[in-house]
Amino acid sequence: MKIKSNTRIVEPSSPKKQGLIPRRDFLKYLGGGVLIIFTPLEACKNMAEPVRATRSLPKDFNAFLHISEDGIVTCFTGKIEMGQGTITALAQMMADELDVSIENVKMVMGDTALCPWDEGTWGSLSVREFGPKMREAAAEARAVLIRMASEQLKVPLARLTVSNGIVTDKLDNSKAIGYAQLAKGKKIEKHLNEKPKVKEPSEFKIIGKPYNRTDSALKVTGEAKYAGDIKIPGMMFARIVRSPSYGASLISADTTEAEKIPGIQVVRDNDLVALLHLSRDKVDEAIVKVKAEFSQIEMSVTDKTVIDHYLKSATKGNIINSKGDIAAGLKLSDKIIDSEFYDGYVAHSPMEPHTAAAMIDGDIITVWVSAQTPFLTRDAIAEKLNMPAEKVRVIVPFVGGGFGGKADNPQAVEAARITKLSGKPVMLAYTREEEFFYDTLRPAGLNRVKSGIDKDGKISFWDFSVYCAGDRGSDTIYDVPHQKTTVFDQGENDPQVHPFAIGPWRAPGNSNNTHAREMQICLMAAKAGMDPMEFRIRNLKDEKMIAVLEAVADKFGYSPGKGPSGRGYGIACGTDVDTWVALMAEVKVDKNTGHIQVVRVSCAQDMGMCVNPQGTLLQIEGCITMGMGYALTEELQFEGTKMITQNFDTYEIPRFSWVPEINAVILDRMDQPPHGGGEPAIICMGGVIASAVFDATGATLYHMPITPARMLEALKKV
Amino acid sequence: MKETITFQLNGKKTEALIDPTETLLWALRNQFGLTGTKFGCGMGFCGSCTVLIDNEPVRSCQLSAGDIAGKKVVTIEGLATDGKLHPVQKAFVEHDALQCGYCTPGMIMNATGLLLKNPSPTTEQIKEGMEDNLCRCGAHVRIIEAVYTAAKEMKGGK
Repeated sequence: MKIKSNTRIVEPSSPKKQGLIPRRDFLKYLGGGVLIIFTPLEACKNMAEPVRATRSLPKDFNAFLHISEDGIVTCFTGKIEMGQGTITALAQMMADELDVSIENVKMVMGDTALCPWDEGTWGSLSVREFGPKMREAAAEARAVLIRMASEQLKVPLARLTVSNGIVTDKLDNSKAIGYAQLAKGKKIEKHLNEKPKVKEPSEFKIIGKPYNRTDSALKVTGEAKYAGDIKIPGMMFARIVRSPSYGASLISADTTEAEKIPGIQVVRDNDLVALLHLSRDKVDEAIVKVKAEFSQIEMSVTDKTVIDHYLKSATKGNIINSKGDIAAGLKLSDKIIDSEFYDGYVAHSPMEPHTAAAMIDGDIITVWVSAQTPFLTRDAIAEKLNMPAEKVRVIVPFVGGGFGGKADNPQAVEAARITKLSGKPVMLAYTREEEFFYDTLRPAGLNRVKSGIDKDGKISFWDFSVYCAGDRGSDTIYDVPHQKTTVFDQGENDPQVHPFAIGPWRAPGNSNNTHAREMQICLMAAKAGMDPMEFRIRNLKDEKMIAVLEAVADKFGYSPGKGPSGRGYGIACGTDVDTWVALMAEVKVDKNTGHIQVVRVSCAQDMGMCVNPQGTLLQIEGCITMGMGYALTEELQFEGTKMITQNFDTYEIPRFSWVPEINAVILDRMDQPPHGGGEPAIICMGGVIASAVFDATGATLYHMPITPARMLEALKKV
Repeated sequence: MKETITFQLNGKKTEALIDPTETLLWALRNQFGLTGTKFGCGMGFCGSCTVLIDNEPVRSCQLSAGDIAGKKVVTIEGLATDGKLHPVQKAFVEHDALQCGYCTPGMIMNATGLLLKNPSPTTEQIKEGMEDNLCRCGAHVRIIEAVYTAAKEMKGGK
């Protein structure tokens, strides 16, 4: 039995001179004046999700809503709007449950002084976790308001009906009273001991219907305010003296030359040296005049050697899933495939860099932040400034894209420190270079997959290993008698894995794992001489997965064909945030240039109850478009602790010419609870493109992104 | 040194005492309060700061305030007239051609400039004309449709 193994693509000469700094030593360097947020490997395990909070939402429904005297329902949520569309979906849920029109629902989001405590906007939790609790609150408010109407109108409860916020006697419609007159703009004091049920899906009028975004009128006119648009009288623009490399600590900063620019103010506090000016240009001009000295640390790993580095740094394997016996599976196998799959470090690069505006008034600090985590950001500010949390107010206006990268907000703490030290209102907006440097990157990925097929085209065993990039989405999903999943992390004495901070990137870990699994399936189907769709169906028992695969095949107009068929068709499927998703794509490969054009992509998704099919469609399109980036071009370049990538000239994100035809089908599952919608489709983009490239050319691409150079290299081996 | 420059800003004759070397983007945002024009990359790569100067879409992060003397400047705030959205703005709303909205003003200004030059673009010409405006949320497919729709409406209006 011959085991085929692909060649690992790494630089042949890994620099070894400096050696890697053992983790303990590395951390020693990090005492005192460290300017960066440093995430040691331990955080890698939790990277899939920020630490789940234990606090629960308030019991009093007034925390979620307020009804004004003119009948406007203000809905309060600690969630924020960063493009994902919960501003619309949550308003739909509130309006439907309360029986008011959606036009009368106003959203107040991410203001720690006004909104109920919230763990943050990540993990597609807004609709699936906050939404149902908000509906319960709205249902109770509605029931209380009807009771109040019953008393005032002197009509029995059973005879009352509600529409558009007006409670009416079914037998005599002259007897009616609005929520506005009942609530009178005040807190509703009455509560129910027995909580009323939320609406059944059959009663929905607004949930499940497609609604256009409710924020677009503000966004097309420039009226929508982001953190950088906040204007405070006397506000000064801040720039901070930044370290040239990760983990470096400031030794000294000579600001003499910078201070020669009239109007420059310097703020110093241990590791923090900041310049302030009323003009952004002047502070930009001044910051480059600062002569700063840092004690830097060195690591020899680069983007070219990271895979070798992973193997040296992650020697501790934990088996997280085991069934049957791999050795027994090997014996059952007719064919065996042994592969390694790689993914590069990827940036979030939202169009809006991390930004914060801060002011101090008396003993209250207010900070407007481009954050996914208003309450955690508030707590971080309070902790750093040694202030009680209630003296810190964080307000999150519209956020210009997050994708996980704005879960972490060092700029908010920095702005708060500077405003406290200077007494001046401050605007701190990262440059694009700072944005790339301080981003909590999606880690590079390495997956080793060894699997077998028996004579009947069934998967006989599955041995899947995940290195350092998170295990979300590493589920086998296929029905395999002998299977094992091992997660490799940094061992006690292993070198430090990542030179910089890593963090959650839209469906963290799942893009890597799904890419590896689905590409392996593509190769197995080809080896078995089977159509990849038929191979999947034969090896699946999960009815939901079969359903999304069949739905996407129908939408795509798929016809069976053994790979490589020359048609350029790819398939990938998986699960994320309790949603089942399958994609099909068609690509064209230019064999002379190595350029890949994605022609069309279809998606089918089972996400349980879909609150806003239109918003979901936008998220699917966004996932597909954004996902082309990590599949085709996005890969950060770094040399040890120095980030080489600084702007969009060398970090290429998807553009208009890339855009495929996209269509999608959302399975009708209105009887089920809602699941996540903002992340699932992106997990399949690596696998669907790599398998489509294989189908087009017969070339196997193991390494994301599939750059033209990698494509041409792989074509040589066909 | 500050200088008085005269130019047209969003349809109004404007005289302002400004530092002519100040970056146009910061002058628009901080001096004129027109914060619809966004900072994205500071190097002219992303297009978030696009405005029209004499009907030409330009990157305001790459220009100085002095460059607009005697010129006609239109920012996103100046596109709607008499409270009525410009056809490009309207089409962006109708098509849901945005998500986070941060690149949107630049997209709309660039598309408006494109349609001024080519009132009947093909889909390919729209892609080509919009190519250097970046969007991270992936609203591209809808932006293309919106620009196409706006072109049709603008022609119909003539």
